[in-house]
Amino acid sequence: MQTEDYINKEQIERVETELLIEAVNQCYGYDFSNYSKAHIKRRLMVFLNKNRFSSISEMQHHILHNSAVFEEFINNFSINVTEMFRDPSFYLFFRKNVIPTLKTYPYLKFWIAGCATGEEVYSFAIMLKEEGLLYRTTIYATDFNKDAVQKAKKGVYNIDSIKLYTSNYQKSGGLHSFSDYYTANYNTVVMDKYLRENIVFAEHNLVTDRSFTEANLVVCRNVLIYFNRELQDKVLKLFDESLTMGGFIALGTKETIHFSSINESYTQMENDCRIFKKNTL
Amino acid sequence: MYKTVVIGASAGGMAALKDLLSGLPQDFNIPIVVVQHIAPTSENYLVQFLDKNCNLKVKEADEKEKLQKGFVYLAPPNYHILIEEDSTISLSADEKVNYSRPSIDVLFFSASDAFKDKLIGIILTGANNDGAQGLAQIKLNGGLCIVQNPDEAETQAMPLAAIETAKPDYVLKIAEISKLLGSKV
Repeated sequence: MQTEDYINKEQIERVETELLIEAVNQCYGYDFSNYSKAHIKRRLMVFLNKNRFSSISEMQHHILHNSAVFEEFINNFSINVTEMFRDPSFYLFFRKNVIPTLKTYPYLKFWIAGCATGEEVYSFAIMLKEEGLLYRTTIYATDFNKDAVQKAKKGVYNIDSIKLYTSNYQKSGGLHSFSDYYTANYNTVVMDKYLRENIVFAEHNLVTDRSFTEANLVVCRNVLIYFNRELQDKVLKLFDESLTMGGFIALGTKETIHFSSINESYTQMENDCRIFKKNTL
Repeated sequence: MYKTVVIGASAGGMAALKDLLSGLPQDFNIPIVVVQHIAPTSENYLVQFLDKNCNLKVKEADEKEKLQKGFVYLAPPNYHILIEEDSTISLSADEKVNYSRPSIDVLFFSASDAFKDKLIGIILTGANNDGAQGLAQIKLNGGLCIVQNPDEAETQAMPLAAIETAKPDYVLKIAEISKLLGSKV
């Protein structure tokens, strides 16, 4: 009997999850149906426990009828865990092996997709500044989460993180002192304004929105891991459409394009780095 | 027939994992997924070390990889590892759980969802309580739960927390765990 109840609970939860995903898509236009199932389940449970909802159905009621709860739900679903110069070896490699090619262009466009609260965007801006490229680069920094984009635009970060960021910056081949790039203010630091002069922050949803530019570089790190293969492939095609010949795609340390239909048009720069160069004809 | 073995270890885990894995028969045919707490910037020394010291093939888990028998998958540094119902691996860079990424609880909860009573969960030596809730969930779903005997563990806190929270089926020394696993294939 106990087992039977348990199976029912499982089935009910499965149906509730599908209904919630469908409802959020219909009412708010955010499509999570091709996210990894284990990831969805985990984010739902985190949100459910945090808000002490008794079931996913109850959670759905609040999400649909209270936009404040929906905003919170979206914030819970979008992963904003990030740091400046995260994976310093990535930036070091980029500086040494990609920047020299980029320097041959008179004008550059970068698209940082899934920029969350902007730590990666400022990291790139600092690197470009030091390499003398910032003034001739436009960076499009996008995320589907409105709150995250707003935070990114402000460039205000908790001072507790600075120790880690400074150490990352140094390991990433930084040429100066990390403190040159921000002003400390009580518990926060504000990134210097000139860093974002050429940055366009915007909302863009990789699942539902189209290509909007032709960039020399697309950076999208630790975003694809939350998608299923089908959606990963779709998003990689979007990146491919948004990239010039000879342009680069930079992914997270555990992400790849090898399974994707775009793979044949790209060459991986080095085996253990996840930077892929689009072949020229 | 069990579909997967999940193992969580923290402080002292390197030696414990080596002993456990090297004690398994060469034809051990259930995939094994391991979370060993490690620093975010670790190189894959642990993978090489374990691979050299057991009969199974040890590798760092890749995203969307399908679990295969004869393999031991280690969570990559700074990523959570989750198991999908279709026996593939998902990785996540979201917030730390129990101050850990990878977290044992995250692996155990998702694996328990995926495999229910066809799962074996094991908690080894460690200095915190990560994995205790996850092991309790495995127990609730009818899986087989094993905890390393705290008297033998290099650090006792994690086995003690798991015993307290999950009421495991077995509390055993490493050599006995290997033997028990060997009898389940």
